[in-house]
Amino acid sequence: MDLNTILQIFDSTLRLATPLLFACLAGLFSERAGVFDIGLEGKMLISAFFSAAIAFTSGSVWIGLMAGLLASLVLSLIHGVAAITFRGNQLISGVALNFLASGLTVLIAQNWFAQGGRTPSVEGAARFQEIALPFVETLRPVPLIGPFYAEVISGHTILVYVGLASVVLTWWVLFRTRFGLRLRAVGENPAAVDTAGISVVRLRFAAVMICGLLCGLAGAFLAVGLNAGFVKDMSAGRGFIALAALIFAKWRPGLALVACLLFGFLDAVSIRYQTISLGGMVIPSQFMQALPYILTVVILAGFVGRAIPPRAGGEAYVKER
Amino acid sequence: MTITARFLGATAAVALLAGAASAEPGLIIDLGGKFDKSFNESAFNGATRWATETGGTYIETELANEAQREQTMRRMAERGANPVVVLGFANASTLEKVAPDYPETMFAIVDMVVDQPNVQSIVFSEHQGSYLVGMAAALTSKTGTVSFVGGMDVPLIRKFACGYAQGAKAVNPDITVIANMTGTTPAAWNDPGRGAEIARSQIDQGSDVVYAAAGGTGVGVLQAAADAGVFSIGVDSNQNYLHPGSVLTSMMKLVDQAVYDAFTTHAAGTFEPGVKVMDLANGGVGFAVDDNNKDILSADAIAAMEAAKAKIIAGEIAVHDYTSDDTCPALTF
Repeated sequence: MDLNTILQIFDSTLRLATPLLFACLAGLFSERAGVFDIGLEGKMLISAFFSAAIAFTSGSVWIGLMAGLLASLVLSLIHGVAAITFRGNQLISGVALNFLASGLTVLIAQNWFAQGGRTPSVEGAARFQEIALPFVETLRPVPLIGPFYAEVISGHTILVYVGLASVVLTWWVLFRTRFGLRLRAVGENPAAVDTAGISVVRLRFAAVMICGLLCGLAGAFLAVGLNAGFVKDMSAGRGFIALAALIFAKWRPGLALVACLLFGFLDAVSIRYQTISLGGMVIPSQFMQALPYILTVVILAGFVGRAIPPRAGGEAYVKER
Repeated sequence: MTITARFLGATAAVALLAGAASAEPGLIIDLGGKFDKSFNESAFNGATRWATETGGTYIETELANEAQREQTMRRMAERGANPVVVLGFANASTLEKVAPDYPETMFAIVDMVVDQPNVQSIVFSEHQGSYLVGMAAALTSKTGTVSFVGGMDVPLIRKFACGYAQGAKAVNPDITVIANMTGTTPAAWNDPGRGAEIARSQIDQGSDVVYAAAGGTGVGVLQAAADAGVFSIGVDSNQNYLHPGSVLTSMMKLVDQAVYDAFTTHAAGTFEPGVKVMDLANGGVGFAVDDNNKDILSADAIAAMEAAKAKIIAGEIAVHDYTSDDTCPALTF
C-alpha cells in the first residue's frame, strides 16, 4: 500500500462521510432539544429529489439546493407539529415521514418526468462542481502535507467544506451561545427552561427546523453533488447510520465528525479492498462490508463508555396535567 | 373409473380453453423499477412491443418490496393472467411454491430455473456476452487495467464478472481485472452513490474501462466513468446513449425478446414449459454498436469480437459459466 493509495482512500473517506455528517449534525440539534428524529432518512430523500428535480428544470444547482432545503423544512415542520404541538409519539412520526418521503418522491418523479421514479441526469451548472482550493500547486512539493492537501483536502464539491464548517458552527452555537445553552437545557429539563420564562415549544421548533436544513444539505449533496440525479431510495439507509454515529459520538459535534469520518473510512476501505488475503486466509467481502457495524457494536460496548442521551429526549413536554 | 377420468380430462380441457381464450398475459416488474434503464426496462419494452404489434393488452404490476413477491404472483394468477412472466432470480423460491397451486396458469421466469410442469425457465448466457465486452475492454484499455462493478453479490452477477474477466484475459493474459460488488442486500441494485464511489476507486487504481452489471446502481457507475473521462460498458439494455463517447458498448441481454416470445408463443399455443436458453447463437445476448459508440469502439475490436462470437457459437471457445460450479478460472472473488 503506497502513499497514493492511502491518499485516495482518505479522499474517498471525506466524500462518503459528508452526507453522514450533515445528517448526524441534524440529528444532534434535534435530539439535543429533546426531539428524537428517526426521519433523517426521509428528509434526506425528499431533499435529494427536489434538489435534483429543480436543478434539472431550472438549470441551476443553487435553485435546486433551495428547493431541496425547502422540501426538507416542510417535512421537519410536519414532524414538529406532530411531535411538539400535538405531543404525538416522536418515533412514529419519524417513521411515517420516512414512508411518506419514500413514496412521495417516486410518485412525483413519475408524474413530472415519467422515467419510473427517477429524475433525468443533471449536467454542468445544474450540478455541484469540484473546486480546487488555492495554493494547491504551490504546496504540492512540500512532502506529505502537499500531496495530502492536493489529493484529500482539495478537489471536492463546496458542500464538503460546508459540512466541515458546520461542525465548528454547531459546536459554537450549542456551547458558546445563549440559544445553544437553552436548546441543550430544553432537552435535559424542559420544565426548568419553562420556569425561566422561555418557550419550550419555540426552542424545540427552532431545533427541528435546523435539523431540516442540515438534512436538506445532506440530500442535496447526495443527488447533485455525489451523483447526477435522483434515483428511488437513493439515501440507502444513510439516515440510520447517521443516527448510529450520533450515539457513537455521544451527542457532541466534534465526536460526530470523528464518528462520521470513521464510518466513511471503513466504507472506503471496504470498497477498495473487498477481499483481503492475509497469508493464505481470505477475508470475505461480506465481512468487510459488515465491519463498520461490527465495530460500532464493539466500540459502543467497550470503549466509548456509556452514551447518555439527552434526558428529556423522546418525550413531549406537557406544561400542566 | 374411465368415466371419471374422461370427465376430469374434459374439465381440464375446458379450463385450459377458457384460460387461453380470455387470458391476458401478465408481467411482474421486479425491484429496481420499471425504468431502471436496464433489466426491468428491457422486459417492459418487450411487453409494450407485443401490445403495440398485436393490439392486445397485458396486466402489469411492479413490486415495491421483497415481501410482496408471493402476494403479487398469486394475485396475478387469480386475476386470470396467462402466461405470468416474473423477472429475476430472487423470485425462484416463491415461484416454486406458487406455481403448483395454479396448474392451469403458465409461468415464465427470467434468470433462474424452476422445475415445475407449468414453468418456462428463461436463462441467458450472460457469460458469453460478457466475454465479448471483456475483449472490447482489453482491446481498448491503455493502462492494462479494466474493472467490473456488480450489484448485489449473487452467483448470477459473478457469472457476468467471470465472463468479462475471461474475455479480457483472452486478449491480454497480463491484464489486471478488478471486480467489486456494491453490496450483499437488494439495496445494492439502487445505490448509485456507492456505485460511483466504487468506480472512482477502481479508476484510481488504474482502470480505464469499467463494466457495470448493477441495475440502477450502474447509472452512478457510468456517470463516474464519464466524469473521470474513462470508458464504461453498459448492461442488459443498450446504454450507449447515456454518455455518448464514454460508454464503449453495452452487453445486451434481450430480456425484451424473451418476454415478447413468451407472450406470442402463448397466444399461438406453442408456449413450452422447461428450460429455454438465450445465448449468442440465437441472439439472446450480444453487444451494442450504434451511432453513439462508433467513434470509440474500433473496427479492429469489433472484428475481433465478431470472430470470437463465431467461435463461441461453433463451440471452439468454451466460456466458463460461473454458476455451473461456483468457481471462476480467471478471477477470484
